[in-house]
Amino acid sequence: MNWFDKLSETFLTDDRYMWLVDGLVVTMKITLGALVIGVLIGTLIAITKYFCEGNKKLRFLNWLCDLYTTVIRGIPMTVLLLVFFFAIFASARDGTPVAVVAFGINSGAYMAELIRSGINAVDKGQMEAARSLGLSKGQAMVKIILPQAIKYILPAIGNECIALLKETSVAGYVAVVDVTKAATNIRNKTGDAINPIILLALVYLVIVVVMTRLLAILERRLGKSDGK
Amino acid sequence: MENNNVMISVKDLKKDFENVQVLKGIDIDINKGDVVCVIGASGSGKSTFLRCLNMLEVPTGGSIFFEGADLTSDKVDLNLHRQKMGMVFQQFNLFPHMTILDNLTCAPVMLKKLTKTEAEAKAMDLLERVGLADRAKDYPNQLSGGQKQRVAIVRALCMDPEVMLFDEPTSALDPEMVGEVLDVMKTLAQKGMTMVVVTHEMGFAREVSNRVLFLDDGVIAEEGTPEEVFGNPKCERLQSFLAKVL
Repeated sequence: MNWFDKLSETFLTDDRYMWLVDGLVVTMKITLGALVIGVLIGTLIAITKYFCEGNKKLRFLNWLCDLYTTVIRGIPMTVLLLVFFFAIFASARDGTPVAVVAFGINSGAYMAELIRSGINAVDKGQMEAARSLGLSKGQAMVKIILPQAIKYILPAIGNECIALLKETSVAGYVAVVDVTKAATNIRNKTGDAINPIILLALVYLVIVVVMTRLLAILERRLGKSDGK
Repeated sequence: MENNNVMISVKDLKKDFENVQVLKGIDIDINKGDVVCVIGASGSGKSTFLRCLNMLEVPTGGSIFFEGADLTSDKVDLNLHRQKMGMVFQQFNLFPHMTILDNLTCAPVMLKKLTKTEAEAKAMDLLERVGLADRAKDYPNQLSGGQKQRVAIVRALCMDPEVMLFDEPTSALDPEMVGEVLDVMKTLAQKGMTMVVVTHEMGFAREVSNRVLFLDDGVIAEEGTPEEVFGNPKCERLQSFLAKVL
């Protein structure tokens, strides 16, 4: 049997390539869902920590944010996923929503640091100028600081997004059929140990390259609006 | 000694950074219409003093009364009072992501002092006066340092402040641009604006101000009219300072 016949048998018989397509949809769902949750949590934490700075009344809130970051960053993603599926959402039958939440909460901890350093990268004088005009700290944050911080944050979020996509390949641990799990299923079914894995690697690679391109375009757009 | 003209009254103002005592007790009344120049060597606390006036630095001790309200009190609405205290920074601090016009109108519109149309009309009028009306649609980084600082002054003026605080407004400028900024400030002073100016421009202090404060080691070492301070300095530190800068 030559290589093409082998490929055709592995992927085309019973429309098995559709397993991969379905898996890819699940992978994208988890990635995008987790990205949204991650950005929301990250922004919330970053801004909370910003306002906590130098405010003794908010010390507890600050401590809570630190606890979250420490715990999440200290646990491997796979372990975290298992904890969510088997302990926290033990009654869940479908692993996908659990994976979205787990990956989102994990990502939030990293996003928080990215967003915080983006906010800190904006010149201190900007906040001072805004406050000297009578804007509240919140108004200054929304209107003056965040629009400038985005320029620093976006590339980092792009990288986080790529890392997130690749991390979702462990979703199979909680009975989610993502693209990695789909490839494994094809291997088990056909006994073809190599080709599904090679194709899987290519699929991830192509998505990452496309994401990188999109990100570069977005960055260029942002640079323009700056009048540079 | 009660005086109805007092706009800012500083009582025993103290400020520590970590373990360094920068301001060691400053008492001064600034009257309506005063143009006060604050001079002194670097590290004497003059910028810190100015930044305490609108609470950008929170004092460690003492109080600051602005139009009768104690700004150091927790109960006071600082944002409301800051609207009446314009500030101009050494590094301009224009908002780089906004056009010049948006820089000028964003605070008055956001704080609902003016409608968008009113704010734009006012901003254009003030820009015209500093000769920059044609740059309204440009972004800050397309302007020279002197132009940026003139815009920064206009931005503060758009809020209709009662007093203007200047923190070394010409120190970051190329020498040939200092004049254009000082001219704007001089016009402002002539119109009766109350001003507190931290500066190294002794010519400006001498010509435009009606009071000069010499800060040294966190206290007001000498205070008087420009004639007194520059013509007949009493304390030794001021004499040696003037000998170095004049």
